[in-house]
This record gives sequence, structure tokens and C-alpha cells, in this order.
Amino acid sequence: MHVIKVIIKKELADHFSSYRFVIIFALIAMISLISAYMVGLNIRQQLEGVAKPRFIFLMLFTAPGAMFSLVQFVAFFGPLVGLILGFDTINRERNEGTLSKLLSQPIYRDVVINGKFLAGLTMITIMLVSIVLVITGIGLLVMGIVPGLEEIWRIVFYLIISIIYISFWLGVAILFSILFRSTATSALAALAVWIFFSFFVSIGANIVANAVTSDPSPGNPEAVLQQAKIIRGFKLISPMELYTDATATIIDPLRKSTRSFISVGPLENISMSRFSGPLPLSQSILIVIPYIISLVAITIICFAVSYTVFMRQEIRSL
Amino acid sequence: METRAIIETKELTKIYNGDVAVDHLSFKVDEGEIFGFLGPNGAGKTTTLLMLLGLTEPTSGSVRVLGLDPTRDPIKVKSAIGYLQENMGFYSDLNAVQMLRFVAELNCLSGSEISGRIEDALDKVGLAQESQKKIGAYSRGMRQRLGFAELLIKDSKVAFLDEPTLGLDPDVTNRIMELIEGLCRERKMTILLSSHLLHQVQKICNRVGIMIKGQMVAQGPMDRLAKEKLGIGHEKFSLEEIYMKYFQEA
Repeated sequence: MHVIKVIIKKELADHFSSYRFVIIFALIAMISLISAYMVGLNIRQQLEGVAKPRFIFLMLFTAPGAMFSLVQFVAFFGPLVGLILGFDTINRERNEGTLSKLLSQPIYRDVVINGKFLAGLTMITIMLVSIVLVITGIGLLVMGIVPGLEEIWRIVFYLIISIIYISFWLGVAILFSILFRSTATSALAALAVWIFFSFFVSIGANIVANAVTSDPSPGNPEAVLQQAKIIRGFKLISPMELYTDATATIIDPLRKSTRSFISVGPLENISMSRFSGPLPLSQSILIVIPYIISLVAITIICFAVSYTVFMRQEIRSL
Repeated sequence: METRAIIETKELTKIYNGDVAVDHLSFKVDEGEIFGFLGPNGAGKTTTLLMLLGLTEPTSGSVRVLGLDPTRDPIKVKSAIGYLQENMGFYSDLNAVQMLRFVAELNCLSGSEISGRIEDALDKVGLAQESQKKIGAYSRGMRQRLGFAELLIKDSKVAFLDEPTLGLDPDVTNRIMELIEGLCRERKMTILLSSHLLHQVQKICNRVGIMIKGQMVAQGPMDRLAKEKLGIGHEKFSLEEIYMKYFQEA
């Protein structure tokens, strides 16, 4: 137990003193600051003279600012933070010859990757918590609204899911750093995976659904439904989709389902609006639990693969 | 007097992707001796050391270090061995004190004694002046000396030195050799020294082993090898002659 603390301590010191980390942190802090400020101003203008709706505080995170909301921002660029923190974890040490120094000390091999993963996790946590705190602070200043207890809980859950999500990408990056000898290769491979899951899965989902279903015209509701189902099922292989779905109902209590809406006629819309009250927190959590579990599961799978590969790998000094 | 074998291998073999790196190697290192581990580049010396440390698993054969199997008991074996690899493997963005502290903490030394030990060790290897400098800015000789400071701090029973004098100037080489002798004499360390400086090895080693293409072609006290290879009556033999003879035969 003592040894892993030593490794975590060293890794954290490395992270904090590296320019790479300072740059990402500055970038993310800047973007979240700007977007929170814009959103805050927007909301304030829109709500002028109107009775304040419930859960207005959460809108800080979900309402799109200049370009996108913070939730979308984390879903999209959060993985990059995980990848940047982890892509050269093992292979840099291997290339500099420090890996064999480390492993010739009386420690187990798994302690090395566990320590590095936990240090990365700590970094991610610090980063996300501070961003959310900054946004909360700005929200208080700009809108002059104090978040309610339930809102705070929702934000905490949102944070936990986000940390798991980014840790998954950290795990992917560590896996690549074990598999590839060169840091450039592992960085590019990790980026490729990120781009694949962020862009191509949703495009691919549409193509597959179009190919499989027959004529999804409005007159053929079954085909429309089938197509939507296929797109959804296909998209779920992307961790980004899992994350967006998992956070959707948590951070936006007015959403009852993680599904995207299929446009319906005006009558349905009216009947749905009768049930437009917010969901209680416990119900929101119930809806997203499967997504959280899937996220945790893929993170564990990824970590387990790195673990077995690393345990079997030959350690050569050169 | 019966001496205890600290390191013992039997029929040790390692095959990397079909290439035989170490071929049925059997040798013994006794307690308290300096064993010269000689051989051309690529003979499999480093691979053998890695197997002794348990960092690489042998394809077949057995290894015993202090009576323990390194693949079964890695922690005990690794805490008993101080290993200096060829390139030292220091983190270049740490300074000497931070690096030594990191190693000391990994070896579970208690916090109160670490600082004192680090100071003593740096003093002993003559790096006290440069202790706050980043290791990245160290010269080769300084890095090598820092390696010995690490050995002093770890204070292990056995030390594996993989070419500790590679690319050093004669003055530093002599200082390193003195340090090695000191480790053996004062701290009763058993030392496995791999080196190409046969002249130096001849001065400080008790026994040598010559490894060529993964096989140990000769091992024993130097005068016996001289007798066997160069004929009796060769009073002033040199290790170099013995080595070249074996090398040409192989």
C-alpha cells in the first residue's frame, strides 16, 4: 500500500510540472469560463421579467453558450484530456530506460500501472471539479441564483459520470502506451480511436440503418421506428453516446428518457406536455444506471487488457 | 572454508522469438566475491541479469538468488539486489536528491533515515556539490556515480553492475573501480560485474566467467584459466590474452 502512494506522488508531481498539463488546463478553464459567462448572460436576458423556472441553475451546464454547452464540451473534448494524460505513460519510461530501473526495485509490476492510472484519475478529478466550481461561481455572480440541494446532487452525479468517462479514455491511452513502443504511434492510435468513436460511429449508424430498413417514409411508421432503433443500437457502441445518454437525464430533469425524440404530430406533443414536470433525482438515476454500468464495465475491460499485456511483456533495458 | 552460493543457475535458457539469447547457462557466484562477467556485446549478459532479477522469465532452466526463485519471489529477490543497468535509467527531470529519495521510498526505507543516508551516499561518491542539479544535466561519469550512491542507499546484499565503466574517462573509471572494491570490502556485498575493461577486471575480480553466444565457455579463478589456456609457467598472464583465446575458439 505504501509503495503505490510513492508512485502516485511522483506521477502527480510529474503531471503538475509538465507544460502539457498546464496547457490543457488553461485551455479548458478558459473555454468553460467563457461559455459559462455567455450562458449566464443569455439566461439572465431571457428570464427577465419571467417567473424563474425550477432547476434554472442546471441550465448553466446544458444551455448552449457561444457554441456548445459544457456538457457537450466535456463529452467531446474530455476524452482528449484522458488521452493526453496517458498516451506515453509506459512507453516513455521504456524508451528512457527508467522502466527497468523502476521494476528492478522491490515492487510488483501491477503497482506501476495502478499507480499511474490512479494519478491520472486524481488529475481528472481535480480538473473537472475545479471547472464545475468555477462555473458555479460564475453562475452565482451573473445570475444571482443559489443552486438548490437537488441541483447540487445532480451536479455531483454528473461529475462522477464524467470522471468515469474520462478515465475510460485514460485507460485506452495507457493500453496504447503499453502496446506501442513509440510515443508518437500510441498518441496517433489513441487519437484515431477517439475520432472513430466521436464522428464515424454516428455517421456509420445512419448508413447501416438506411441500408437495412425499407423506405422510412412518414407513411410507414414501422420502418421509421425500426430505423431509429437500429441507429440507436449502433450508436451505443460509442462511449461518447453512452456518456451523453448517461448525463442527459441527470443534468436535465425535464428529460424522461435517454432516447432522442422522434418527431410526432401536434396532438402527441400536446399530450406529452401534460407530463412535463421534472423527474425526481432518484428516477433520473434509475434511468441512467445501465449507462453508468456500461461505462464502468468498458473502463474495467480496457484496464484488464492493459494489465494482462503489461504483466506478460518482456522488460528489456534497450 | 565452505562458501555459500549467492547466485546459482542451472541450464538456464532464454529464447527470444526463436533466437537463443542464453543457452543452457550454468554458473555460480559465491558470497562476498566480485565475479567478472565477461563476453562480447550481445552475448546475452544483460538478458541473464534480467532473468536473475526476475524481470524476464526464463524459457527453461532454473535460477536461484539467495536460495529464492526470482519469478516466484520477486519482491524478496529484488529487495536483495541492487541493479545498475547500462544507461542507469534515471529520471532526467529530477535532481539527485529527489531521485535517490524516490528509490529509497520504493524500497520502503523509513522517512527519518532517508535524508541522512542520501547525504552520506552523495558525499561518498563526490556528488554533494551537484545534488540540486537535474540529472538530465549530468555528465556520464556523474550519472554513474549517482548509480553507486543508489547502491549505497539501498545497501543490498548483492549488486549487479552492467558495464558501469562504459564510456568513462580513465580517472572516473579508476574511481568507480575503487567504489566497487569498497562495496565488496566494507559492505560485504557480492558483486556481479559485467565489463569490457579486462585490465581493470583482472585487478579487482576474484573469479571470472566468459560468456560467448549465450554460453559460458569458461569460469573460475583467473590463474586457473591462465593455466588451462595459456600453459603453465605463464607467471604474468593477462586476462586479455585468456579472453581473446576463448573468443577466437568460439
